[in-house]
Amino acid sequence: MITKEYLILAPEGMHARPATAMVKLAKQFAVVVQAKKGVKTAKLNSLLSILSLGIKGGEAVVLEFDGVEETAAVAAFDDFFAQNLKDW
Amino acid sequence: MKGIGVSPGIAIGRAYWLRQREARVSGIVLADAVAVEAEKVKYRGAVVAAIGELEAMMATAGKEEAAILEVQVELLRDPAWEEEVFRRIGEHLMPARDAVLLTIAPFVEMFEKMEDDYLRARAADIKDIGWRLFRQLAGFPAGRHLPDGKGWIVVAEDLTPSDMIGLDAGRVEGFITQAGGKTSHTAIVARLRGLPAVVAMGKALVAVADGDELVLDGESGVVLVNPPAKVLAKYRRKRNEFLRRRQMLESLKDRVAVTRDGVRVHLEANIASVEDMEQALSYGAEGVGLLRTELLFMERDQLPTEEEQFTFYKNVLLRSGGRPVTIRTLDIGGDKPLPYLGLPKEENPFLGYRAIRICLDRRDLFLTQLRAILRAGVFGSCRIMFPMIGSVEELRVAKAVVAEARETLTVEGVDFAADIPVGVMIEIPSAALTADLLAKEADFFSIGTNDLCQYTLAVDRMNEKIAALYDPFHPAVLRLIRMTIEEGQRAGIPVGMCGELAGDVAATKLLFDMGLREFSMAAASIPEVKAIILGL
Repeated sequence: MITKEYLILAPEGMHARPATAMVKLAKQFAVVVQAKKGVKTAKLNSLLSILSLGIKGGEAVVLEFDGVEETAAVAAFDDFFAQNLKDW
Repeated sequence: MKGIGVSPGIAIGRAYWLRQREARVSGIVLADAVAVEAEKVKYRGAVVAAIGELEAMMATAGKEEAAILEVQVELLRDPAWEEEVFRRIGEHLMPARDAVLLTIAPFVEMFEKMEDDYLRARAADIKDIGWRLFRQLAGFPAGRHLPDGKGWIVVAEDLTPSDMIGLDAGRVEGFITQAGGKTSHTAIVARLRGLPAVVAMGKALVAVADGDELVLDGESGVVLVNPPAKVLAKYRRKRNEFLRRRQMLESLKDRVAVTRDGVRVHLEANIASVEDMEQALSYGAEGVGLLRTELLFMERDQLPTEEEQFTFYKNVLLRSGGRPVTIRTLDIGGDKPLPYLGLPKEENPFLGYRAIRICLDRRDLFLTQLRAILRAGVFGSCRIMFPMIGSVEELRVAKAVVAEARETLTVEGVDFAADIPVGVMIEIPSAALTADLLAKEADFFSIGTNDLCQYTLAVDRMNEKIAALYDPFHPAVLRLIRMTIEEGQRAGIPVGMCGELAGDVAATKLLFDMGLREFSMAAASIPEVKAIILGL
C-alpha cells in the first residue's frame, strides 16, 4: 500500500468536476483507492462519498493506494494533481 | 416583483410555466422473489437508459454544459446507489421507482445542508438524476418541452441542469424560478448561455400566468408582469444597449492587448475582494495590479489575525489561476480611518500618520501582514507593494521588516514563498523625484496617480470646491509620471500604474507613448482601454 498526501489548489475545493475526473482516473488501474480527510474516509469509486468529504480549497487530502498497479496509479495521480486541479 | 438577479441582461418575452409532474411513492408491495428480481433488472435498465439520455445530450451541448452532465453520468454510475436501491427492493419489497425516491431523498437533504455553496448545489444534480431514473421507471414522457414559437421566458418552481440544457436555446429569452440562489444550476447555466435569469422569487411568482408579457432584469432581479407600453419601450432600449455592450466586451475579452506594430501591453485589475477577482477575470484582466487589503481591516473592532489574512490572500491567489497579483500592504489613515487603532484626529490627515507610516511605527501589525502574505505566496504568483513611500530610508526599513518576517517563518519551519518581489507605489512627489534612487532598491514601481496628483498640485481630492483644480493631466503630474517610468526603465525594473488615470481612455495613448506597459484599473474599464491599445 502507498499513502500520499495532496494539496487541493482549486479554490472551490474538491468539487464535482475534478472529483468526477478522479473517479474516472482511479477506474483505469487495478487498485483500490481510499480518500481520507480527518476522520472521514471515502472509496474513490463513489463520487457521492468523495463529495461528502467536503474537501475545501487549500486543504489536504490523503489517498491510500492498494493493489497490483498501485505504483502506476500513484504516478497518474501525481500528474493529475499537478496538472488539473490548478485550473479547476 | 423582485428576486435575485443571477445572470445579467434584460429579457422581454411571454411566460411559460415549465411544470414538473409529481414524483410520488406508489406504496406497492412486491409479491415474491421473482418480482424482486424483475424490479432489480428494471432498475439496471433505467440506469443504462438514463446514462444514454445524458450522453445524447452531451453530444450536442457546449463544453461547459457537457461537463455538468458528465458529473451526473458519473453519479449514476456510483455503486452506492445500486446497493441501497437493491436493499430497499429486496428487504422492503418495494418497486424500483419507490426505492429510487427513498434512496435519493436523504442524500439530497444531506447536500442541501452542506456549508459549502458548491457542494450544496450538488443537491440539484442528485435530484435531477433521481427524477430521471424515476421517470424511466414510472414511464413518464421524457423532458419538459416548450410550446412552438420563439420569445419564451421559462417560469418554474426550480429548474434542473438537464432541464435547462435540454431546452432549445434559440427559443428562450430568460429564466425565472421560485427557488435557487447565486450558485444554483439555473444561475450557472443561464450565465453560460448568456441569458438573463432571476431566481428566489418565492410564492409571488404564482401570480404569473402562461402567456403573460414579462420583463426581467437579470442584474437587479426585478420582474415586471404585463408592463405598460412606455415601460416596455424603455426596457427594449436598455436591452439593446446591454447587448451591444456585451458584444463589444466579448469580442475583446480574449484578445491580447497589442498595438498594431506589435507592442505588448498588460491590462490588470484593481480589486479588493475574492469576488472582485472573479469579475476581473470576466473582463479579461491579465492579473491584479493592485489588491487593496483595507477591507480586511475595516468594519470590525479588532485587527485581523495572521490566519484570517493568510486565508484571504490565499483565496485571492487560488482564484487568480497563476496570474500575477500585486498585494498592497495596509493603506489606512487619511480618508480611511480605523476606529480600533485609536488614531487621533489630525489637522491634515493626508499629510499625516497613514499607510506605511503607521506600519513602520506599529511593527507588530506590519509583521503580521507580511507573514500572512509570504505564506500565501506559495499558492500563486504575488508581489508586495508598499504605499506612501517617501524616501529610500523608508523603503529600507520596510524591506528589513520583510526580511524579519522571512526569518521568523524560517525559524518556525513554516512554508512560505521566498522569492516574492517587493516594490514601491510611487504616489508622493518626493518618491517620483528620487525614482532613480528608489529603483536601485525596489523590484518594481507602480504609479498611484490619485495621491500623486493631489500631493503635487496641493489639491485635496475630497474637497468639491476645488475639484476643477484636481487635474491629473497637469504638466507637473505628467512630468513626474514620465520621470518615474524612465528611471524604472533605466534600472530595468517593471513600471506599472494603478491609479485612476490608468483606466482613463483619454490618457491611454499618452501613457503608452511615455513607455508605460502595465495598466491596472477598475475591471469594467479594461475592454475600453484595450480597444484603444489595439488601435494604436
